[in-house]
Amino acid sequence: MPFERFIGQRSEPIVNVVEREAVRKFAEAINDPNPLYVDEEAAKASRYGGLIAPPTFPRTFSYGEVEGIGSPGQGFIHGEHRIRYKRPLFVGEEVRCYVEVKDYYEKDGREGALGFLISERVGEGPEGKRIFTMLDTAVLTPGMRESLGL
Amino acid sequence: MSGAKPAWRVGDELDERALPPVTRTQLASYAKASGDYNPIHTSDKAAEEAGLPGVIAHGMLTAAAMALPFSPYLEHGYVRELKVRFSGMVYPGDEILVDGHVTGSEETAEGCLYDFEVHARKGEDVVASGTVSFVLFG
Repeated sequence: MPFERFIGQRSEPIVNVVEREAVRKFAEAINDPNPLYVDEEAAKASRYGGLIAPPTFPRTFSYGEVEGIGSPGQGFIHGEHRIRYKRPLFVGEEVRCYVEVKDYYEKDGREGALGFLISERVGEGPEGKRIFTMLDTAVLTPGMRESLGL
Repeated sequence: MSGAKPAWRVGDELDERALPPVTRTQLASYAKASGDYNPIHTSDKAAEEAGLPGVIAHGMLTAAAMALPFSPYLEHGYVRELKVRFSGMVYPGDEILVDGHVTGSEETAEGCLYDFEVHARKGEDVVASGTVSFVLFG
């Protein structure tokens, strides 16, 4: 199986900054221009004391590359997404991110074997405290396997 | 945009959110904003080569839509967990509806944690289903 050997492999961490402009553009693209995401004054007056990021924003970060596979699941069909937070994510903060391949398995489909690649993406604060954990299932279709030469 | 502090009970329905039709411009904006430049979202040719009838929306765009019903309550709490299973393709022109209901609640140190079941549909077809846990600050 093409990806089994990557199970347990982890990327070198990359530090991402939650940029205000990036959050604004993201909030607009998802049809959710909540003042807490985009309006500095409104956010300052809120309990958060500043801008926060939408719950699905962390998928935009760089998590580094797993040798031989790049960003796990990139170019595949997205099957499942899960994100779990310890606390909200704030605009302006630095997040140390990495990705690990957790599993790969195959199932028989109507047009051939389907591959399922499970990867975990983690974001930590500067003191190493976890902010969020993401788990994604990426699906490799028979057509994609063919075009990738697998 | 902002709502009063909710007093949810198990079985309560969230206000349904109706999104404007997905457009190619939006997919291009999302690709740029998210850094997901997989061409199956922007090029019909690339989509067809991958065995699709044409460009499809990013799964994460649908995931974001599933968090939308909670946006009005962000002053009172935040999304602790979002779990989405994608079950259908979303194409340009599709109008997505998001609904959800409360399935449980539990007191935590941070406040009351509410569990929701959430669905994204186009017409009768469910394109994604999942759960959201939202903590309401105590």
